[in-house]
Amino acid sequence: MTPQEIFDRLKSTFGDRVVDLTENVDPFIRVNAGAIAEIGLYLRDDEAMRFESLMCLSGVDYPKHLAVIYHLFSTSLGHKITLKTEVGRDDPHMPSVEGVWRVANWHERETFDMFGIVFDGHGDLRRILCPDDWEGWPLRKDYEVQEYYRGIRVEV
Amino acid sequence: MGKLTGRFQDNVIVTSVDYFVNWARLSSLWPMTFGLACCAIEMMATGASRYDWSRLGMVPRATPRQSDLMIVAGTVTLKMATRVKKLYDQMAEPRYVMSMGCCATSGGPYWQHGYHVLKGVDRVVPVDVYVPGCPPRPEALLEGVMKLQDKIRIDSIAKVS
Repeated sequence: MTPQEIFDRLKSTFGDRVVDLTENVDPFIRVNAGAIAEIGLYLRDDEAMRFESLMCLSGVDYPKHLAVIYHLFSTSLGHKITLKTEVGRDDPHMPSVEGVWRVANWHERETFDMFGIVFDGHGDLRRILCPDDWEGWPLRKDYEVQEYYRGIRVEV
Repeated sequence: MGKLTGRFQDNVIVTSVDYFVNWARLSSLWPMTFGLACCAIEMMATGASRYDWSRLGMVPRATPRQSDLMIVAGTVTLKMATRVKKLYDQMAEPRYVMSMGCCATSGGPYWQHGYHVLKGVDRVVPVDVYVPGCPPRPEALLEGVMKLQDKIRIDSIAKVS
């Protein structure tokens, strides 16, 4: 299935919650952040889609908003697509896709750890790389590292 | 020596307590099996047959409570730094620390932008010998061990006032 066909199917099913398609070397579809869990479930279970594999879930910090990007691949049908969602910088919340692809558990924890994006419905949303009592979200552009961590000086 | 001459047989050695204690300590430095990053690979190579640190009486121990020497081999993240401190506190005295490689010594390549890396393990534990390199070759690590032995050799159990 081509990206255009996937987009058309999604558009007819989810309406204006699917925004647009950009065709380039890695075609991506922008979707509404709040609908990502439903769209994911549809993409996984639909007979023509069968995206069994969430290859990667990553966060991005754009100048005006944060984004979460899902790289999907269908091992049985051999096609792939990328989904992009936008989420606001202040108090970012979006649904978890852990219930759709179990692998999203650690990916979402990492995205939470690095960007502070909260995935609602995630069973165990803790930091995964940084210590539990770390302050701030390290991969955000406006991140400033704390001066001390448990009495240990952090900066040079 | 006058009073002792001829009173014992041939197998008596006369030495100082300092010399004897230091000799015992420096001849069996037991390092803790403790690797943090790529330096640990070189440390393992140093312990394996080609370089063989057993020649220096080094026996890796899997617990800090049986170890004399902590070789901090690799990048110390701040998350790990709290553990390094805890492990060091569990070691029995006299205890020694070697900082192996640039990461453990100063943060290395993470010196400027590594928000999560400790800028030198000497911020949490006292270091006796620094071994530079990225990572240091086994020869360099053995040189570091011998430097530490030199340091122990001139030690004294008498308290310096």
